[in-house]
Amino acid sequence: MAERKVTWGPRDKHTLIGKSIQRIDGVEKASGFAKYTNDINPPGTLFCKLLVCKHGKARIKKLNVEAAKKVPGVHGVYLFKNEGDTCNWDGDIVAAVAAERSQVAQDGVRAIEVVFEELKHFVDEDDLAAATAFKETVETDGKKEEVSRAKDLVDRTVGDPDAALKAAEVVHEGYYGINTISHMCLEPHGSHAHWQTGEGPKLVVHHSTQNVSGTGGQFATKFGLDAADVRIICNYIGGGFGSKFAADEWGWAAAQLAKETGRPVRLMLDRATELKTPGTRPSGYAKVTIGAKKDGTITVWKSHHWGTDGPQGGTIDGNQMPYVFDFENKVVKSTGIKTDCGPNRAWRAPHHPQLCVVTDCAIDDLAAKLKMDSKEVFLKNIKQLDKVAAQNSDLYVAEINRAAELMDWKAKWHPHGEGGKGSVKRGLGLAINRWGGGAVKGTCMVKVHPDGGAEVFLGSQDLGTGTRTVIAQVLAETFGLALNKVKVNLGSNAYPAANPSGGSITVGSVTGSTRRAASEALWKISDLVAEKYKVAADSIEAGDGKLWSGGKAVCTWQEACRLLDNRALEVMGESPVKDGLTSVLVGGCQMADVSVDTDTGIIRIHKMVAVQDCGTIINEMTAKSQIYGGVIMGIASALSEERIMDNTTGRYINADLDTYRLPRIGDIGEIVIDLWQPDSEYNRGVVGLGEPPVIPTAAAIANAVANATGVRVPVLPMTPKRVLDALKGARA
Amino acid sequence: MHDHEEESRGPGFNRRDFLRGSGAAVAATALVNGAHEGLAAQDVKKGVVAAGKAQDIKLKVNGKEVTAKVENRVTLLDVLRDDLQLTGCKEVCDTTNCGACTVMIDGKAVYACSRLAIECEGKDIKTVESLRNGDTVDPVITGFCKHDAMQCGFCTPGFVVATRAFLNQKPNASLEEIRKGLGGNICRCGTYAGITACAMEIAQKGGA
Repeated sequence: MAERKVTWGPRDKHTLIGKSIQRIDGVEKASGFAKYTNDINPPGTLFCKLLVCKHGKARIKKLNVEAAKKVPGVHGVYLFKNEGDTCNWDGDIVAAVAAERSQVAQDGVRAIEVVFEELKHFVDEDDLAAATAFKETVETDGKKEEVSRAKDLVDRTVGDPDAALKAAEVVHEGYYGINTISHMCLEPHGSHAHWQTGEGPKLVVHHSTQNVSGTGGQFATKFGLDAADVRIICNYIGGGFGSKFAADEWGWAAAQLAKETGRPVRLMLDRATELKTPGTRPSGYAKVTIGAKKDGTITVWKSHHWGTDGPQGGTIDGNQMPYVFDFENKVVKSTGIKTDCGPNRAWRAPHHPQLCVVTDCAIDDLAAKLKMDSKEVFLKNIKQLDKVAAQNSDLYVAEINRAAELMDWKAKWHPHGEGGKGSVKRGLGLAINRWGGGAVKGTCMVKVHPDGGAEVFLGSQDLGTGTRTVIAQVLAETFGLALNKVKVNLGSNAYPAANPSGGSITVGSVTGSTRRAASEALWKISDLVAEKYKVAADSIEAGDGKLWSGGKAVCTWQEACRLLDNRALEVMGESPVKDGLTSVLVGGCQMADVSVDTDTGIIRIHKMVAVQDCGTIINEMTAKSQIYGGVIMGIASALSEERIMDNTTGRYINADLDTYRLPRIGDIGEIVIDLWQPDSEYNRGVVGLGEPPVIPTAAAIANAVANATGVRVPVLPMTPKRVLDALKGARA
Repeated sequence: MHDHEEESRGPGFNRRDFLRGSGAAVAATALVNGAHEGLAAQDVKKGVVAAGKAQDIKLKVNGKEVTAKVENRVTLLDVLRDDLQLTGCKEVCDTTNCGACTVMIDGKAVYACSRLAIECEGKDIKTVESLRNGDTVDPVITGFCKHDAMQCGFCTPGFVVATRAFLNQKPNASLEEIRKGLGGNICRCGTYAGITACAMEIAQKGGA
């Protein structure tokens, strides 16, 4: 018998893989029938409201919840903090009140007697000098020490930057930055918990999580249970973007309140707390010096960047600066600023969008100084890539040229600052990205029933990326069945452990494990068919609801499965395996066409072009949706989205959906997506796509604004005020 | 000393926040018909809003008469979600900004978080669930699926209702009208292109 090998098979034979397939849970979601954690509401459920700190930093002088407990309808109070504890940021949670209705829970919160003693705070994240000057006494091991809020993190020198700078024919110096943003999951973080007696797990938690298989243990440890006694369920999740991997203390609070009250308890963060507490994306501000030859070849890079990720005291990753590109001579310094702002969590493509803004905006300004076409300067340096991106230099050239074609770059491009005579200026910009996106460890179980029913079980989750659908496509394609003939079971930790969904690792992990298990199941069924119908086992192929040998139908899928002798076939699938099903590393290029009203400072997006590779594509439509989503999120952080901290009060003053501004349907312009999918891409295996398309958008838009006006708006988002300030500065 | 100042919302003071905050009972009764007068609890003391007395109200939701026992400060959104289990309308911003809780009241798209439940007696309330009957769904839902106008799906039901209500009013809407007319809803995942394509396709067929 010929060797049986797991592959994706010939591209042109697929009926489902690689096609645009509607998501299988689309109607459930669009009709409002899909139940998210925030919708779980069995009879008796208590609802929670939170008491949070509303100061930059404060000590709790007094905390008395007795009156809250006496409010009619209030059943329990959970304390995150006690008297004497410090609240470390505006939004740090103090207590949760569980009651019959959320309004009653709010009454309970209001009845809590709490007195805060305000402490000195520091939230001025872009002011390096102020952070350095802000000193406080820290006691470690009995020793008192004066510590500054600024801490140098990275200081790397490669080659001879000083000599290279002296020899450079052109030198550009610039300042760039991008402010902190929140995840703004529309479904806030939270859980619905209930305890049960009798059979089954003791604690059942509907948890809004990107990590169905990984959070049960965190609840078990907290409550002294075996992991087997905790069921985690998450069938639908309303956004995570990197911030929902843990049980979190509010998850424990829901479980504790449920335990104490003997009632199911739902605790979801309120909108303001959602923006302040469960994660943000760090800010980064940089001074950059680039030296280059007259032809645009960059010979030296110097940068010093700073910013904050909140109490941790970090900033964007200095080890990846400059981004995608690398240069023979460079100095990279970074300084982290510890602020009394909410903490950081992974945010879709951690560090990359900020690194991309600093690097690609500086390169664009160099092009402006050289009076060269920005695209030509990017291409000129495309051989100077970092070790990871270098594997892709030909791909970058192809993708940049393809994007230029779709943008009509050649016809539309003009030198920086020549964006038109009127007050509305128009311009083009570009930026490039890279991401890993390889598969990680995970398992699944494929089950084939004797009546032909086929299903797969795995403790994965569908964040809205289409995970359910791509798994169904792979299972159905492998067995030659219609999409609606297979069932995908995910969203429970009762199923085989799968990977958490972050870092664009999911599609490779779950489609790889499913294909492996399903292929093996098919081989086992083929062996039975071969014996019964006297055909060669290795000649058998599945398709169109039948099994085929040498172009002839041997039997139907149901007839084949009947040979299983009344016992379902179960096969485990593993991921990752080095069998070519999955791969790693993508590039990508985005271009922006914008206009800037120099009277009002308002920027309008006309057109975005995104060219993106991602190896073997399972579902073209959901893949494109990931890119649309990335671009639109990028537009948000380019134009309007930011956390605004008030230095005086230390508070996050725009933590709502009114003043934390996101683009609406009329703000995005035309978005053109080109999935880069020659056979060479198909042949390299599946690579994740969640993160890469969000990376270069903001930098491309910022560069288009600079091209339109001839003026760099240094800090993103480019709000009308920042645009006008930059234009005014240029005129002064 | 209490430390409970409300979240700063800038200049956008809104009526509903006023109504359900301190003094909710008094203000709310002034708004609705006389039948509810006197039922409103007014025990407002020391910064604690009184729980108020729950009263039975009748609502017409998705063509059915239903009753719920609610305090007058309870929003339509809370009644739909918590009492009637109609969780298609989502609670997201709670400040009448995002449209995730959009329902139709007498045919018009309304944020369910912007209405007190008692205000909605006698009105024809339709939630997203009314646009599906088993396997039969409204063309807007079909279109959302066809154009993949959803990702996480949390804003989606609100967008579906907003799209349905908008196309009922403007069956032949242009692209520009769609971009303006659906501007009351927010999506975080970035599904606007699919929603636009869906609305355009239906508008080109006459809005049905």
